[in-house]
Amino acid sequence: MQFVISMYINPAVLDALTDAEKAAIGEGHGKFIEALKRSGELITTQALVDPSQAAVVSVRDGQQVVTDGPFLEAKEHLGGFYLIDCEDRDRAIELAAQIPDAAIDGLGIEVRQVMFADGPLEA
Amino acid sequence: MTTLVVEDLLRALTPRVLTTLVRRYGRFEDCEDAVQEAVIAAAVQWPTEGVPDNPRGWLVTVASRRLIDQIRSEHARREREAALATEAAPAEPPDTDDTLVLLFLCCHPTLTPASQTALTLRAVGGLTTAEIARAFLVPEATMGARISRAKQRIRAAGSSFALPRGAELRERLRVVLHVLYLIFNEGYTASSGSSLHRPDLAHEAIRLTRMAHARLPEDGEVTGLLALMLLTHARRDARTTAVGDLVPLDEQDRTAWDCALVDEGTALVKAALAGPALGPYALQAAIAATHADAATAKETDWAQVHALYLILERVAPNPMVTLNRAIALAETEGPAAGLSLLATLDGDDRMAGHHRLLSVRAHLLERTGDTAGAYAHYRRAAKATASLAEQRYLELWAGRVRPPRGHREEVS
Repeated sequence: MQFVISMYINPAVLDALTDAEKAAIGEGHGKFIEALKRSGELITTQALVDPSQAAVVSVRDGQQVVTDGPFLEAKEHLGGFYLIDCEDRDRAIELAAQIPDAAIDGLGIEVRQVMFADGPLEA
Repeated sequence: MTTLVVEDLLRALTPRVLTTLVRRYGRFEDCEDAVQEAVIAAAVQWPTEGVPDNPRGWLVTVASRRLIDQIRSEHARREREAALATEAAPAEPPDTDDTLVLLFLCCHPTLTPASQTALTLRAVGGLTTAEIARAFLVPEATMGARISRAKQRIRAAGSSFALPRGAELRERLRVVLHVLYLIFNEGYTASSGSSLHRPDLAHEAIRLTRMAHARLPEDGEVTGLLALMLLTHARRDARTTAVGDLVPLDEQDRTAWDCALVDEGTALVKAALAGPALGPYALQAAIAATHADAATAKETDWAQVHALYLILERVAPNPMVTLNRAIALAETEGPAAGLSLLATLDGDDRMAGHHRLLSVRAHLLERTGDTAGAYAHYRRAAKATASLAEQRYLELWAGRVRPPRGHREEVS
């Protein structure tokens, strides 16, 4: 079963962390990625740039409109995700709990099963 | 010689070559890698250069060389290397049939089901890592890591290359059959994704189960599982429309069922039912055979289906069996009786919010005339499934019983 584990970050919460705490998060993700690769459960993981760099695209009357809102005003943003292939939902939740963000107030981890996939898995 | 013929030959030879190597050198983990490399080499060479006179001997020789190279590159101890090298190429390796031993090893109880299925397909089924990865829709690197992890675990468990005995054999055989069943199921209904059929996996599961049945012909559950697979597989062409939409059993064109598979499956069911104890696979196969026996859905012997589910409920209690019995009960005693039985499942955590429970309840509510209730349950079922084909099917049914405009949708 494939799951996306999404990490919702709150830039204000991240900014308030000490350098040591920030380093611990980075290190925690590194260890997590290594463990997932060894167990054969990692498909891919990606982290996204700061939400201030996001473009919100819409087309109105055939005209393309690019803005930076309205999502920028939200407190939590999608910071990145893991795409994993594991035994079942319980295992996906067990893995999500190992992500360092899960232990920090104000950051959120969401687990959802993949329903449709297409495109090459390996570049 | 076509690529397909070579592929079939390689898949059939793989377990025999692997067991020969393991018997000779031990080190299942390394032998398995070496055989995989030899198989890949053969898959490239044989279609263009022709199949060697002794294909098994060719594979054993090439795999042995790879194994020795591998051990050398690991800087293995000199004595061990020398001992292996002198043994490397005997004229004709003895061909004892250890396929079953191999199957038991790959379905080792310390492994997770996902690892058991992957390792079984590679070591016993002779599929390449890339093929297995494609079948399960994961990258090759992910599948490769999973397989090598599985082999490390088997080594760590200190498993010997021998068939388990007595009570352990029965317990381990249960795991083996479950793994074969999972491979088949994965091929039949993709647990996620848009394609309902993954015929290669179903085909592989049947081939592997035939292999097990040929070696354990007296076992009623092996026979039952093979029968269940054949009877289910017989319906594959009738099960979906040309655009991939699901067709329920009672609406399937039964003339599109594969008669040869139905006949073979039915004969196997009879053999399984004649045995001393009825197991869950034999019973499920008997239910499938009862459906196959009816020329039209109307002619189905629902009393017999219900009776078989009752026995199955006793032999292997499981809420999904009760759910299926409710469908049969609704056919013999009416939808209200089916709904009462479904109500007994409401307290079961395994079933709470399960799309199958919701969709069966929706069908039965529809039959009692409660279209609003049916609509709400079809919609909830559609949201709960992880299969796109099932979701489309359930949305279609919801559309058929959609309440008139202005009706407030009640979703509890």
